[in-house]
Amino acid sequence: MTAALIFEQVLNGLQFGLTLFLMAAGLTLVFGVMGLINLAHGSLYMVGAFCCAWITQQTGSFWLGLGGGVLGAAAAGALIEMLVIRRLYDRDHLDQVLATFALILIFSEGTRMVFGSMPLYLNIPAALGGTMALPGVEAYPVYRLFIILAALAVALLLYLLISKTRLGMRIRAGESDREMIAALGVDIKTLYTIVFALGAAIAGLSGALVGALRSVQVGMGEPVLILAFVVIVIGGIGSIKGALIGSILIGLVDTLGRIFLPVILKFFMENASANSIGAALSSMLIYLMMAGILAVKPKGLFNATN
Amino acid sequence: MKKLVSAGVAALLCCTAGVAQAEVKIGMITTLSGGGSTLGIDVRDGFELALKQAGASDVKLLVEDDARKPDVAKKLADKFIQKDKVDILTGIIWSNLAMAVVPAATRKGTLYISPNAGPSALAGKACHENYFNVAWQNDNLHEAMGSHANKADYKKTFILAPNYPAGTDALKGFKRMYKGELAGELFTKLGQDDYAAEIAQIRASGADSVFFFLPGGMGIAFMKQYAQSGVDVPVMGPAFSFSQDILPAIGDAALGVANSSQWGKDIESEVNAKFVKGFKEAYGRLPSLYASQGYDAANLILSAMEKADVSDKDDFRAALKEADFASVRGDFKFGNNNHPIQDIYVREVVKEDGQITNKIIGVAIKGHQDAYASKCRMK
Amino acid sequence: MQRTDTAPKSINMPKLSRETVVNIAVMAILLALPLWASSIGEDYYVNLASLITIFAIAGVGLNFAIGQGGMVSFGHAAFFGIGGYTTGIAAFHSFEETLFMAIPFAISGTNQMLIIWIVAMVICGIAALAIGAISLRTEGVYFIMITLAFAQMIYYFAISWPTYGGEDGLSIYLRNELPMVDAESALTFFLVCFILLLGAIFVSARLSGSRFGAALGTARMNETRLATSGIDPFPIKLTGFVISAMITGLAGALFAELNGFVGPSMLSWHRSGEIMVFVILGGVGRLYGPVIGAALFVLLETYIGEWTQHWQLLLGLALLGVVLFARGGVMGMIAGRARHD
Repeated sequence: MTAALIFEQVLNGLQFGLTLFLMAAGLTLVFGVMGLINLAHGSLYMVGAFCCAWITQQTGSFWLGLGGGVLGAAAAGALIEMLVIRRLYDRDHLDQVLATFALILIFSEGTRMVFGSMPLYLNIPAALGGTMALPGVEAYPVYRLFIILAALAVALLLYLLISKTRLGMRIRAGESDREMIAALGVDIKTLYTIVFALGAAIAGLSGALVGALRSVQVGMGEPVLILAFVVIVIGGIGSIKGALIGSILIGLVDTLGRIFLPVILKFFMENASANSIGAALSSMLIYLMMAGILAVKPKGLFNATN
Repeated sequence: MKKLVSAGVAALLCCTAGVAQAEVKIGMITTLSGGGSTLGIDVRDGFELALKQAGASDVKLLVEDDARKPDVAKKLADKFIQKDKVDILTGIIWSNLAMAVVPAATRKGTLYISPNAGPSALAGKACHENYFNVAWQNDNLHEAMGSHANKADYKKTFILAPNYPAGTDALKGFKRMYKGELAGELFTKLGQDDYAAEIAQIRASGADSVFFFLPGGMGIAFMKQYAQSGVDVPVMGPAFSFSQDILPAIGDAALGVANSSQWGKDIESEVNAKFVKGFKEAYGRLPSLYASQGYDAANLILSAMEKADVSDKDDFRAALKEADFASVRGDFKFGNNNHPIQDIYVREVVKEDGQITNKIIGVAIKGHQDAYASKCRMK
Repeated sequence: MQRTDTAPKSINMPKLSRETVVNIAVMAILLALPLWASSIGEDYYVNLASLITIFAIAGVGLNFAIGQGGMVSFGHAAFFGIGGYTTGIAAFHSFEETLFMAIPFAISGTNQMLIIWIVAMVICGIAALAIGAISLRTEGVYFIMITLAFAQMIYYFAISWPTYGGEDGLSIYLRNELPMVDAESALTFFLVCFILLLGAIFVSARLSGSRFGAALGTARMNETRLATSGIDPFPIKLTGFVISAMITGLAGALFAELNGFVGPSMLSWHRSGEIMVFVILGGVGRLYGPVIGAALFVLLETYIGEWTQHWQLLLGLALLGVVLFARGGVMGMIAGRARHD
């Protein structure tokens, strides 16, 4: 195990974490502003990927597909916000969990009815194919670097949006006192629809971007959803900064644990059991970490709300 | 009372039509919704195609969706056995669902014909006279790949699979045949979809080949990421990651990959040609190996119906065991444990008329039987 | 998160309220149908009723945590699964005639259900004590998510732990035994489950009506009020969580017997969601709510599944309809609101 390989794995962990951030950002935004747990966030991720794959297939352009994925997810988000989610803001978390759990079933089966059961083809654009040399790494896929940059850009834009724009000001005001800004004449209903659609758009963006690297199929959102929840809970729900740090933490722990736990265990036991026990432990690692963090900081690392 | 009536009907049928056959009721439990539903749909379509082509009017097929959940599969099995009183069960795709259903069902005297899953327990110690596997024992295709690796003169293979029983069995199966040394061995997380770290390990290991077993979406993700990683070590795997239902989703990234399968659409035989053509006409897509297994399962049952009455379990079992049907894969017979003894081919992923598909390039193992047969007490 | 309502009134009401009538009717139907089905030799429906009963027990367990203690656990599948695995592992060692452990003292398997139930509940209780001790430091969404995380942890462990089958799970070849009765008989097994369901409801009702239940209810509504009256809320909630887990664990043990099989799918987060669905469909905090919820869920799953491949879509729509338009669940719709929330 050379230093270069360790460095490359750290980079991989970082990249994996940032893909998680794309997913977690929308989730934590929606929770922070509206206090809503949205299990169907993974479905919006899936909608983004499917729209992107379908449009790319029809037009031959990945970039059009990417745009379509973002818009499609935003539209789906706005639609369910107006039909369903809106009625859930003043309900307790239990109702929110169940209603959005039901939305997962509806989205999954609906997508299957429209697109069929087969996974769709979606590949990265040729311009971003291939690898490039990085300091210490001889060949790193260009597209993965692109995802790193895209995630950082989303983080920056969200930061600017929330802290510098009028919409952001309203969002922050809505977070701290819903009644007050309604009394001040802000159309809170529309504001919430916009915020939810924004969260959905980010989920759609990550579905399209990451879908090109993984497989576009029904149910693709669920494993990512659970990881994203772990991320935002560790980071502190509602905090974009927390989501960023939480996702990098999870990405690093998961990736490095997966690779290095078996190696470390080999000092203590024979190869075969080190491999399987290492793999078993590493799949539990992030949940252990989450439990550990919450035991010490019950509201996550960067708690944004009270 | 009910039994009396149906026996009466059977007696009537036998004397009027002159065929010693009551209607055979088959219950198919398979995955038609959610993840992995393409496999179940292909098995069902292949099965139905065989029935249609044979014009089998004395077969009643009941199909239900297990949603890939063991307890749902178990509930459906109970329903088919207790309420619908089926003679034969079939259709299960996944080993964990098979393990939930098969031991109990076969003990209660229901015949089970497996069109896909072949967990090692059911081939060895827990084998049963009512259980027939018309696909393969789980390790078979991996063993074939191990033998192919020897022939291709690979000396340093990197192997990886998810950390669950089918995954550990896959690597065990590969190693059973493979003679070279391992460049590395990794277990991934079940359902994992980012393989950057594993690919970096492969690159660093200096391997001369990679063997992987990552079914479904995991395989799609791995192949896409592998193709753009710049690692140019040849890849091989069992057919599950290169079957016709997912090949289009991997795209060009799969081209040139060697994979093992007991069936290929280019096997030259009358029955295979009829199957492939019929499947394309009926469903408008190319058949996968799962469809071929469903097709064979139906034809096996039909062949037994020619020889024996399903109400005489001993006769019918014996007729099934003879496997006197034309399999789309060519030679086929059952070993002592009711699992296939068959040739396993190596296929290569190619592009034909713009469509990505498989072409047989050779035989990996001839007349292969699974490694658990000796643990089965049946003769 | 915190509800500002009073404890369920249904429990100690002397005169027959509408809810009581519904409760009696539901239980009577649940008892009568399998008796009738068994008399005409349709064991399938008897087993379906057993399934409903078992899910109802799991729901009664979770309902105690949510309805009484306000602890929205999204990880009750962990206890359901632990109960199931206890059964599976005990039966496995009994069948193979091997020891579960030899050090520090020898523990062998058993095929006696009564012993297995007690062991399953004790193990679930210990697990809940550990999980609860950490999780109850948090509240709200954090609590939901940390219970989910613990269940996921156990799920991944079960998948990758080869001794007991990993993802393939464990078959229980012969149903375990009960003294004096034949548990292999579908009807007998149903009756056993039914009695245990009554037992679970009884325990839940008695506890809710006790001083402990009052304290737990106060902890749900206003922890500070409880604390100022000199009772530390933490041990009260932890005890409630443990009891809830033990009831759900018993359901898991029965589920394993019914299916003759245990596997990691018992531990998956979908299962946690389903148990939650039983509670909410029936009506949170309603003593007999989970029975209605479980019955509806099983019937929907079974019969829409027969009708169309796209049954999950319809199931989703049905669930959504209940949450949006039938607040208080089905029980709330039929019997009116018992709780003022």
